[in-house]
Amino acid sequence: MQFTIEIGRYNPEGKYSDAVSREEGYPPPWDKAPPRRYQTYTVDLPEHAVVLDGLIAIREYQDESLAVRCACRSAICGSCAMWINGHAHLACKSKLQEFTKNGKTRVESPPSMPVVRDLVWGMDPFWQKHHAVTPWLEPKQPMPGPREEYRVPNAAMENLIQEVSCISCGCCLMDCESFAINDQFLGPHALAKAYRYAADPRDATVQQRLDHDGHGGGIWDCTHCYECVQQCPKGVAPLDQILKLRKMAVDAGFTKNPGTRHADAFAESVRDSGRLNELTLMPKSTGFFNIVGQLQTLPSAINMLRAGKLPPIVHHKIPGVQRIKTIFQRVGGRFKK
Amino acid sequence: MKVAFYPGCVSKGACPELYVSAKAIAEPLGLELEELTEAPCTGAGVLSEQNPELADSLNGLTLAMAESKGADVMTICSTCQGVLSNHNYHLQRDAARREKVNATIGDQGYRYGGKAKVKHLLWMLFEDIGLDRIRGAIKRKLTGLKIAPFYGCYILRPEEYLGLRERPERKTYLEQLITLVGAEPVEYRGATKCCGFPMLTFNREKSLAMGGSHIVEAKEKGADMLVTPCPLCHLNLDGQQPDAAKVLRKDIGVPIFHLPQLLGLAFGFSPAELRLNHHVVPTASALEKVELKV
Repeated sequence: MQFTIEIGRYNPEGKYSDAVSREEGYPPPWDKAPPRRYQTYTVDLPEHAVVLDGLIAIREYQDESLAVRCACRSAICGSCAMWINGHAHLACKSKLQEFTKNGKTRVESPPSMPVVRDLVWGMDPFWQKHHAVTPWLEPKQPMPGPREEYRVPNAAMENLIQEVSCISCGCCLMDCESFAINDQFLGPHALAKAYRYAADPRDATVQQRLDHDGHGGGIWDCTHCYECVQQCPKGVAPLDQILKLRKMAVDAGFTKNPGTRHADAFAESVRDSGRLNELTLMPKSTGFFNIVGQLQTLPSAINMLRAGKLPPIVHHKIPGVQRIKTIFQRVGGRFKK
Repeated sequence: MKVAFYPGCVSKGACPELYVSAKAIAEPLGLELEELTEAPCTGAGVLSEQNPELADSLNGLTLAMAESKGADVMTICSTCQGVLSNHNYHLQRDAARREKVNATIGDQGYRYGGKAKVKHLLWMLFEDIGLDRIRGAIKRKLTGLKIAPFYGCYILRPEEYLGLRERPERKTYLEQLITLVGAEPVEYRGATKCCGFPMLTFNREKSLAMGGSHIVEAKEKGADMLVTPCPLCHLNLDGQQPDAAKVLRKDIGVPIFHLPQLLGLAFGFSPAELRLNHHVVPTASALEKVELKV
C-alpha cells in the first residue's frame, strides 16, 4: 500500500525560540518553532504499517540524511514521540492508514520544543521539569533493616498505578497548552510524577513536596485543557493526577492561594444558592486584601458593566435549594457550612 | 422535540445574551424546552477536583431530574457538557458509585437509574434535529462572513467521556454549521485549543495571553469573527479581549458570537433580539459584512 509522508526537516537558517524576546509580546505558541521545510516521501508498506515503519523505510532506502530517534518499536521506550498531524503521538503506535488525511500524513518535531535536527527534538525542558519535582523517594525513618524492605498495603499503591505507567516520552508536555504559553510551568508529566511521590506512603517529605508544587509554575498554573489526558499514549491521565495533587495540597493546609480561594468561593456559592455567583467569585478568588489583583480586574469589570454583561446584583437562589444544602451537609466535606 | 434544558449558571449570569438567543432559536428548531430550574450548578470541574463525591451527587441529581422528565439533557455550554458527561459516564457504568449517589439524594425525591443522555445543542442540531430542519429555518444566508470556530476544551476532551470515539464527526460540527448558514469557516490551530479561562484567577497574564493569541491567529487567517458553544470561553475571548490585547500588545477587535446567536442571525432574528448589542467587543464589524446593524 502506498503512503505519502510529509516530514518537517531541519532548517539551518531557522531562528529558534530564544530569539523571541518578551518585549515583542507573546507569540502564538506555534510561532516559537524554528521555520522548517517540508519534504514529501512516498513509501510502499503493508496496510497495518505504523508511522515509524514509514520513517525507517525512508531513512533506510530513500534518504539517509533523515534524523529519527527510536528504539523499542513497541510503545515502551518513549523515544519516538513526535508531532503527527499537529498532535503528540508515538510514531510506533500510530497506524499510517488511520493518520492519512487528504492523502498524506504530516510528521514533524513539536513546535513547543527545541529542535536538534529533523524529528529529533531536545528533551532538556522535559528533564529540567522532571528533576525539579524531586522524582525519587525520600525514605521515612526508621529505615528497614538490611534484609528487610518497606511494606505498604496494596490499597495505598493502587492510586499510583496510572502514574507509574509513564514512559517519559514527552507527549503530554509537547501538547500542553499551559507550557506553550508559560515555560515556567512544571508541566503535566512532572506534576503527575510529583503526585506519584507525594502520595507514596513511604515518602517522608510530603509537606515539602506539596509546598513546592503549589508555587508559581506548579499545580495552579494548569489550565485544565485535557490535552495531556488526550495525548498520553499510556493512559497516565496527567491532569487527573494534578487534580489529586491540588486536593492533597488543600487538604494538607496549603490554602493561601487563589486556587483554594476560588474553590471555596465556588462551593460556598453553590451550597447557599444552588448556582454560581459570578459577581462575588472573582473578587473572592483574587483575595479581598490583594489590592493589586483587584485593580487588575477592574477594567474588565467596567467593560462588562458598560456592555450590560454584569451578573444580576441580587443573586437569586434556585427553587428547591434546600436539596442542595442537604447534599452539602451530607457529603460536602470541608465545604459544609 | 422535548428536551430537559440545562442553561448553566453563566447564561443566567454574565452572558444573558446566550440564554436569550438560545430561547429564541428553540421554536424554529422545533425544540420544546423544559428547563431544569431546580438543577444545581455542575461545579465546572472545580468541585469534581476538590470533592468528587459531592460533584457526583450534585450532577447525579441533575441527571435524575432529567431522567424523571423522560427527556435528554440539552446544554448550551461546553463546560457544563464536559462535567455532566464525565460524571454521567462513570455513574452509568459503575452501579456502586450510582448507589452511593442515590443514598445521598434518594430522600430528596429523585433517584438516578443511569439512563439520562446529555447533549450539547451543537450535537443535537446534527443528531436529533437534523440538517433539513435547520436548512428550512434559514431565512438569511450569512454569505461573505469568515468565521473561526472555537469549540472549548470540555466539548472535545477527554474523547472517551464525550462519546467522540463513537462519533468523531462531533469534532467537525461547528465548521459544518458555519458552511450551512452560508459563511466560510476559517481553518486555524486555535479552534480546538484552550481559551485560558480556568487560569484567569490564578495566572491572569498567561490566561489572557493564551486566549488572545488564538483570536490573533484567527484574525491573521482572515476571520471576521469567532463562534463558540461555550460561554466560559466567551467570557475570556470577548469579556477579557481588551485586556488580552494589552498583554499581547496587539490590536485585536474581533467579535465573538455564541452559537445560538449565529443560528439566530441565520434564522432571521434581528441583532438586538439576540442581544448582539451587549458584547464587550462590538459586533458591528461582523454584522456589516452581512449588511446588518447592531
